[in-house]
Amino acid sequence: MMTTHAPGLSPRFSPARLVAIIIKEFIQMKRDRLTFAMMVGIPLIQLMLFGFAINADPKHLPTAVLSHDNSEFSRAIVSALQTSNYFELALTADSPEQLDLLLDQGKVQFAVEIPTGFGTDLMRGERPALLVMADATDPAATGNAVGALQRILDSVMAGTLTGPLATLAPSPGPVELRVHRRYNPEGLTQHNIVPGLMGTILTMTMIIMTALAVTRERERGTMENLLAMPVRPTEVMLGKLAPFILVGAVQVMVIMGAARLLFGVPMLGNPLALICGMIIFITANLAVGFLFSTLARNQLQAMQMSFFFFLPSILMSGFMFPFRGMPAWAQVIGEGLPLTHFLRVVRGVMLKASGFPQVWPDLWPMLVFLLAVSVLAVKRYRQTLD
Amino acid sequence: MTGSDPAIAIDVRGLTKRFGDRAVVDNVDLRVGKGRIHGFLGPNGSGKTTTIRMLCGLLVPDAGEGTCLGFDIRRDAWAIKQRVGYMTQKFSLYEDLTIKENLEFVARLYALADRPRRVTAALDRLGLAHRRDQLAGTLSGGWKQRLALAACILHEPALLLLDEPTAGVDPKARREFWDEIHALAADGMTVLVSTHYMDEAERCHRIAYLAYGRLLADGTVEEVVAGSGLSTWHVSGPPDRIAALDRALRGQKGVSMIAPFGNTLHVSGPDAVSLDASVAGFQGQAELDWRRGDPTLEDAFIHLMGSVPDNFQKPAGAGGHV
Repeated sequence: MMTTHAPGLSPRFSPARLVAIIIKEFIQMKRDRLTFAMMVGIPLIQLMLFGFAINADPKHLPTAVLSHDNSEFSRAIVSALQTSNYFELALTADSPEQLDLLLDQGKVQFAVEIPTGFGTDLMRGERPALLVMADATDPAATGNAVGALQRILDSVMAGTLTGPLATLAPSPGPVELRVHRRYNPEGLTQHNIVPGLMGTILTMTMIIMTALAVTRERERGTMENLLAMPVRPTEVMLGKLAPFILVGAVQVMVIMGAARLLFGVPMLGNPLALICGMIIFITANLAVGFLFSTLARNQLQAMQMSFFFFLPSILMSGFMFPFRGMPAWAQVIGEGLPLTHFLRVVRGVMLKASGFPQVWPDLWPMLVFLLAVSVLAVKRYRQTLD
Repeated sequence: MTGSDPAIAIDVRGLTKRFGDRAVVDNVDLRVGKGRIHGFLGPNGSGKTTTIRMLCGLLVPDAGEGTCLGFDIRRDAWAIKQRVGYMTQKFSLYEDLTIKENLEFVARLYALADRPRRVTAALDRLGLAHRRDQLAGTLSGGWKQRLALAACILHEPALLLLDEPTAGVDPKARREFWDEIHALAADGMTVLVSTHYMDEAERCHRIAYLAYGRLLADGTVEEVVAGSGLSTWHVSGPPDRIAALDRALRGQKGVSMIAPFGNTLHVSGPDAVSLDASVAGFQGQAELDWRRGDPTLEDAFIHLMGSVPDNFQKPAGAGGHV
């Protein structure tokens, strides 16, 4: 065996070696039960938690009423409040002091006081005041309910002030609240949150998993052995990423299933466009993870880098805050993040009935990102221990 | 391939590697004949691992040149990697893979045509067959070492680079391991093996001694011992008398080393004349039996180590095993 040198392995990319790495990664993934469970469990748990928990438009807020008036108008207002979804008439107070107390103690979110002579004042056209006190500790929680209050009032007035009293119907008063929702007429937060969660869950799991997978090789010393064998950087990189693309696909199926079954999120557009965007997005995140793993010295650093990338992705992509609400410089950063584009693709396809022509402007920036990061990662991946 | 002597497996000159401003390997020349077992000795941090890594393309030398199996160590790392089996000092196969899965992974990377047969052959050769489905992480030191060796010889390399393969392995497993190394060499494989054990050094065809990154000796065991130029007296007697003599001889002119071995004291020095002059005054003492002895390989190494300045002195810290 000494004198006859084998013909020699080609230094060019070899699918066989790629397969060798992929098989190895799958076996390791199979053995690592906890990680495996996390990869399927995390999307479900987060989806349930955030999907049900995050609600920017809370309803059934506890409300207390103190009525000094017993006219039909006050009764109509109270019953209208009761039938609306926003207010839950929990208590009836006997005095203003008790009303204050209920609010102070946080037993109710709203307190409504109908002054003495409300009905007669109204009949005289004196525009009596309806006193509403809101616990505005969290403005977001009460904002929409306050808006609804005005509408409820208007409709009650329009319904009761009829016939000879019609002239008393208030001309559209100083209504400062307008709730104007497109694409989501019922104002269901889930329709917006759930597609966004798909992007953030994928970002987090994909980046962390790959970043750790490669760093772990270095930490355990197996990288030295791998480097001593004839295998190319692209083979290692693709071999490590391929299994995770599959994991990402499983996560997407879990999330999509939950979105449809649990939250009733529609799928109005072209699913193929969504799948296409998803594959690009998943691969882009994996490439980021791989790049981090070539920079990090240990798993802790890899984790820190992942979070460093994850935070702006969440805050500046339009997931948490409206993208157009950010200053121009922040929008520039946001445009550079794959999550920003992916969110537009998902929301577009699911809620706005988008197809390929509409999502293309967001597909190509992700492709550019993927290409740039991959090139950087392969360049950074060292074939020596230097 | 470059046109080099086909009987030489490793031929490097002036090999140098610096980490920061420290020369971890300093101007090392090394020639290893084909089919030979070449021992690589030296204290911790002497640059053995770094040298081995440069030979198999894991590190790029800062200076120096040469060939490994006829391939340039700077340009042909890819070709060298295919023909070299490298066993790392720390176990570097996958602990969450079984023995068989590890070997299959390696076989796939080398694109071995008859993978099942090769894997089975390697399992049988190293007695791993009955443990084939055990996770590597659950193996004891001796079994891990066998697995690592099996993985390195799977592709039938022309050169084996073994970095302290028997560290932390029991004597019986060590003995079996060395029998295997000799069998592989008999088949024509060249072996460069680093070790701290003197008995292992003596099982090598030739040895090279590295200290502080410099090659201090290279040759057969006999040549290295003779090359040290040491003269040695063996003194035996009652323990208290030996202990007293040990104290009395310390610092005497011409005495460079004193080492007790049970009831015998080894007294050595680089210059026979001044050594003899210094011990002459003690030779008349009762109960002590003085005889001329041969220095051991260990004596020779310790003497060699003391003969060079420590280049790690200036920047504080001895550094890890590099």
